[in-house]
Amino acid sequence: MRIVIGKGSCGVAAGAGKIEGIFKAEGFETGITGCIGMCYLEPIVEVYDSDVSGNEAKKTYVNVNEKAAREIINSLLGKKNQAGKYGLPEEDAAILAGQKRIALRNCGIINPEKIEEYTARGGYAGLKRSLALAPEAVIEEVKTSGLAGRGGAGFPTWFKWNAAKNSSGEEKYTICNADEGDPGAFMDRAIIEGDPHSVIEGMLIGAYAMGSSHGVVYVRAEYPLAIVRLNIALEQARDAGYLGKNIAGSGFDFDIRVKAGAGAFVCGEETALIASLEGERGMPRLKPPFPAQKGFWQKPSNINNVETYASVPWIFSHSGREFADIAKNSGITGAQATGTKVFALTGKIRKGGLVEVPIGMTVRKVIFDIGGGIKNGKAFKAVQLGGPSGGCVPAELADTVIDYQSLAKTGAIMGSGGMVVMDEDTCMVDVARFFLDFTCKESCGKCTHCRIGTKRMLEILNRIVGGYGEEEDIEILEQLANQVKEGSLCGLGQTAPNPVLTTLRYFKHEYRDHIVNRKCTAKQCKNFICYEIDAKKCKGCGLCKKDCPTAAISGEMKEPHTIKTADCIACRRCKDSCKFNAVKVGDRKWIQ
Amino acid sequence: MKEQRHQSLDFSLIEPYLARKAETAKNEGGLIAILQKAQEAYGYLSTELMEYIAERTSIKPAKILGVATFYSQFKFNPVGRHLIMLCQGTACHVNGSSEIEDAVSSYLGISEGETTEDGLFTLNSVACLGCCSLSPVMMIDGDAYGNLTPRTARKILDTIRTSEGEVEE
Repeated sequence: MRIVIGKGSCGVAAGAGKIEGIFKAEGFETGITGCIGMCYLEPIVEVYDSDVSGNEAKKTYVNVNEKAAREIINSLLGKKNQAGKYGLPEEDAAILAGQKRIALRNCGIINPEKIEEYTARGGYAGLKRSLALAPEAVIEEVKTSGLAGRGGAGFPTWFKWNAAKNSSGEEKYTICNADEGDPGAFMDRAIIEGDPHSVIEGMLIGAYAMGSSHGVVYVRAEYPLAIVRLNIALEQARDAGYLGKNIAGSGFDFDIRVKAGAGAFVCGEETALIASLEGERGMPRLKPPFPAQKGFWQKPSNINNVETYASVPWIFSHSGREFADIAKNSGITGAQATGTKVFALTGKIRKGGLVEVPIGMTVRKVIFDIGGGIKNGKAFKAVQLGGPSGGCVPAELADTVIDYQSLAKTGAIMGSGGMVVMDEDTCMVDVARFFLDFTCKESCGKCTHCRIGTKRMLEILNRIVGGYGEEEDIEILEQLANQVKEGSLCGLGQTAPNPVLTTLRYFKHEYRDHIVNRKCTAKQCKNFICYEIDAKKCKGCGLCKKDCPTAAISGEMKEPHTIKTADCIACRRCKDSCKFNAVKVGDRKWIQ
Repeated sequence: MKEQRHQSLDFSLIEPYLARKAETAKNEGGLIAILQKAQEAYGYLSTELMEYIAERTSIKPAKILGVATFYSQFKFNPVGRHLIMLCQGTACHVNGSSEIEDAVSSYLGISEGETTEDGLFTLNSVACLGCCSLSPVMMIDGDAYGNLTPRTARKILDTIRTSEGEVEE
């Protein structure tokens, strides 16, 4: 019998460490695994049991709290068995069935700290196969697969590899971009935490094709666990002879080191990342020369995203053709890209987590069939794709297929795969403001349009959500957005206006509501709302009165209370403290 | 009780690392790693510490400050005993992180980036903790607290404060 506990960052945050401790204290040996992607069910405990004939059966327990852990232990000890109610619901098991897991193929299954579990599932077989091929043939296979940059831009991987291969120079660098900065995306973290060897193997295959012998992984500093697991994996790979000199007797030398980032979103841009690796301020520079010609220390360098590298070994242990045909074999037609994409489903979704689906699936299928739809039975309004660089896809375009071109047509981008779902209670103007606030803070300041333009746009948006918007603001916003797009050097500035442009495209009426009607349709923006007490529901318990920081609430005990709107600062404390759901959100009256 | 992590002019904590890396840092891009080690050892980067690193690495102090201020990881003031990292990621925002921020900062009487007078808490915003499914989330001393409401957030801080033996009247 084996007990495996999901110990990715989200599992740990949900209390997996404590649960592990309980099993250990009872004398059970436990193993760990990475993120299976069903974050809303963490902590997850799996019990593998083999029967007499050696067949292993797995039982999955979810949302395991202390009590559940005790019940599971009781069932394992053959005592009263009440653990069944913590089992994985069938509905949730179906989520996995709807996916096609390639980059995540081992996440949540193997122990990321054990190389033998990786090799037992076909790990490093792709490397061995590629080492038997000529470098040109390796690139050709990647070309057949159609693999494109999963960091967001969707640039053909083979093309980058080929450019680096054809660059002259002995010293070449293979760099992995794990500076996952998009708020709301965490697939790179999950892959490194759950299956670090797949990234190492992908880098090895790329390095062999390009003739590179130095590898660097640039990991975000906020991901300490990923750094630890990656270092363990590197050590094991060295011991096993997959890294170092004369790898697997092929005469090919390669090693990888890890560099921790220091917190700057712009470092996800490749030239900025290189500047940061060189110990400088992480500011982008003009391309060309492209990193493939002059990159890290002016040497030819290739930079790919974590998910891209993690997909490569699969292509070589299967075939490029099979990767290209995934959509077709899943019954999906019309996709203009190949393979799969990992999405981080978050926001107002019932079943948030990481999912990997064939490219070409529709947005609706991902959100409703796999993500289980919207939380609390609310209406689906829009989904933000690609984080601060992306845009929103409104509910009426939910049948858009997920590939690079189709998404670009809506104004959104594939991006790194963040999918933040929004419901009727989300104010789209506020969402646009939120993203611009982010890009404005993260702008490195090199280009005037990005540095000052985003600031001016943010000021306008703050004005609109604050209740002081003016009629001409929409036009100025559009004008500024296009100028920032055109006047910026790197992807950050060029895409920063996207959230504003897409919300203006699909939700202009919400902007107009704020500006003209002085109203926030979603009842989110503080200056447009007030709190009211429903006299019928109020029991006069006085809790809200006690909690109100501005003493705006009055009323006798056991009598319905009232809120004086003029004193209310819309802090929501009364609504949170009310046990009878008597506090309602209303529209604040504006004197024009 | 006023207690802050005071930093004397003793640089011995960073010395072993500098002994190995100081000379090559300038030409091999090792500055960020040195600053990270220094912050790990001392909690923050004081002017004296950065000047000392400048001396040892032959990198100009202005450049060191330039690099350090570019990255959000580096702190230039002492950090409180408990570091609160409030997630401001998209998922947390959509699920009400601004209300959590209001609750936390009004409870502690400090805004983002500040430390309470008693040196107990420092409040920092972070772009994303990557625990989006538990949003809204805050992390205190490395432990994540998820599915917060203003009420639970205040309660968590209250528990920590009480355990420090300092109950506010």
